[in-house]
Amino acid sequence: MSDPFGGLDNFLKDLLVGFGLDATFVAVVLKLLGAAVLGGMAGATAILLIWAERKLVARIQDRLGPNRVGPYGLLQTIADALKLLTKEVLIPAGADRIIFQMAPLLVVASVIGVWAVMPLAPGLIGSDVNVGLLYIVSVGSIGILGIMMAGLSSNNKYALLGAFRTVAQMVSFAVPLIFSLLVPTLLAGSMGMAEIVEAQEGLWFIFLAPLAALIFFVSSIAEVGRAPFDLMEAESEIVAGFHIEYSGMAFGMFFVGEFVHAFTISALTAVIFLGGWRGPGAEAFPLLGLVYFLLKASIMFFVVIWIRGTFPRIRIDQMNAFNWKFVTPLALVVLMVTAVVDKLAIEQGWPRFLAHSTANLLMVIGTLAILRAQASSARRRQEVALEAPVTRPEVA
Amino acid sequence: MTAEQLLFLAVGAVTLIASILVVTSPRLVHAGLWLILALAGVAVLFVLLENGFLAVVQVAIYIDAIAILIIIVVMLTRAVMRETDPQINRTWVLAGMAALLLFGSLLAIVLQLPAPIRPALLDPESGLDVLGKALVDVNGFILPFEIASVLLVAALIGAIVVARAPMRGD
Repeated sequence: MSDPFGGLDNFLKDLLVGFGLDATFVAVVLKLLGAAVLGGMAGATAILLIWAERKLVARIQDRLGPNRVGPYGLLQTIADALKLLTKEVLIPAGADRIIFQMAPLLVVASVIGVWAVMPLAPGLIGSDVNVGLLYIVSVGSIGILGIMMAGLSSNNKYALLGAFRTVAQMVSFAVPLIFSLLVPTLLAGSMGMAEIVEAQEGLWFIFLAPLAALIFFVSSIAEVGRAPFDLMEAESEIVAGFHIEYSGMAFGMFFVGEFVHAFTISALTAVIFLGGWRGPGAEAFPLLGLVYFLLKASIMFFVVIWIRGTFPRIRIDQMNAFNWKFVTPLALVVLMVTAVVDKLAIEQGWPRFLAHSTANLLMVIGTLAILRAQASSARRRQEVALEAPVTRPEVA
Repeated sequence: MTAEQLLFLAVGAVTLIASILVVTSPRLVHAGLWLILALAGVAVLFVLLENGFLAVVQVAIYIDAIAILIIIVVMLTRAVMRETDPQINRTWVLAGMAALLLFGSLLAIVLQLPAPIRPALLDPESGLDVLGKALVDVNGFILPFEIASVLLVAALIGAIVVARAPMRGD
């Protein structure tokens, strides 16, 4: 029971070698099998996630949500997927056929690729590369490429506009995202995902770096393009954005990609800031670690849905101002302060926690003070503008 | 020849074909996408040479930052769906000669190297440490590193100055 995943691996290896296969060939086959299982599971969770999100958003909006197909409407998503599968994938006239068809595949692949470095339980990780965080960032960029290809090849103005918005938003929010990922790197002394979880023994990073966790979470939501950052598919402005011309399962791929991406960022937050599989008894029973990991990821996913259900959509200028004038400078300050404080607080344990939490508290107070000063000066300017006489336009 | 060598040759061939298509495809956006395929091919070559760090950096910098910026610029400055200007202009002879010269000098450098080389970076754990320390070491590369960062800050400020709306007093 101490190592069920390693045991399973050995069992399969022995079985295949027993069939008379070459050992190196067996290793390749097992790796491919593992990738297929991991990717398949990550993709298949979309069915459950879509149901959960529809139910939860319905409750937030005082509705019932899907409740006709299966118990509690559980089979609704399967029915929807079947409907999408039977529909024709239309390719608009003048579209760039190959690019048009490749785009949804790239979007889904970039999301599922992140799961390759996700430490699911002690000893259960697809590939423990020592630059895991950098890998996550660079794989995510392939999704930007897919969205850009979709908007570009559709031969549709709304699609192009949606792609521009999406790319502007994703490229902008990648900056604070990377800054906030450097904070756990500093704290753990490594970019490897398994080592980051190892380093959170005793104290999760959310207690050492709450601001970095918040910045990471917010910019991740923007990176996924969920409400309140869903202006790339704002129905009232640009219809459906980059996927306007997609139909059938080609649209379904974008849809699945978005939902799996939302769960992926929840899982990443759980791994990087909430201790991943850590919990009482997880070392002894790795399966329990998997349960803890999924529990933490689901809680974060619930927060993502909660935010979607409660916040109104922001405008594109608000999005840009929020990112470049607020989140990015704050992320820079957090990174520098954390680096200095962590160097000063050499002792582990409580002194380190106290130093970091004091620094974070001071940064929150400073940010609030700056925001308050800016708001009052803006309000004064507005009052001056209102008091100005209309007959003298040069004053206003 | 092992399976790994075959894979290496195949990926190398894809990279080469993609990079030729970068200069021959008539549409700029297609050229940009072929460039991304060529850069991704180089990243796969790094993986096959067992240097995951360089592969990830290749994807993060070249595909994430540079190639996507190139495509954004192309999309913003040209009519996206139109066949553009002729492929070759008057200076193609000079450009070809410059490319040949570059290729020749790179080939000469590669041929001078002793045959089996295993640089320190190939060791994934200590190699990164060596690289990181060399970048901030006074005897290492601290001067080029700092010059590069000053240059980037200057470029950032320059971009803000260019993009800023003119003030009323200007």
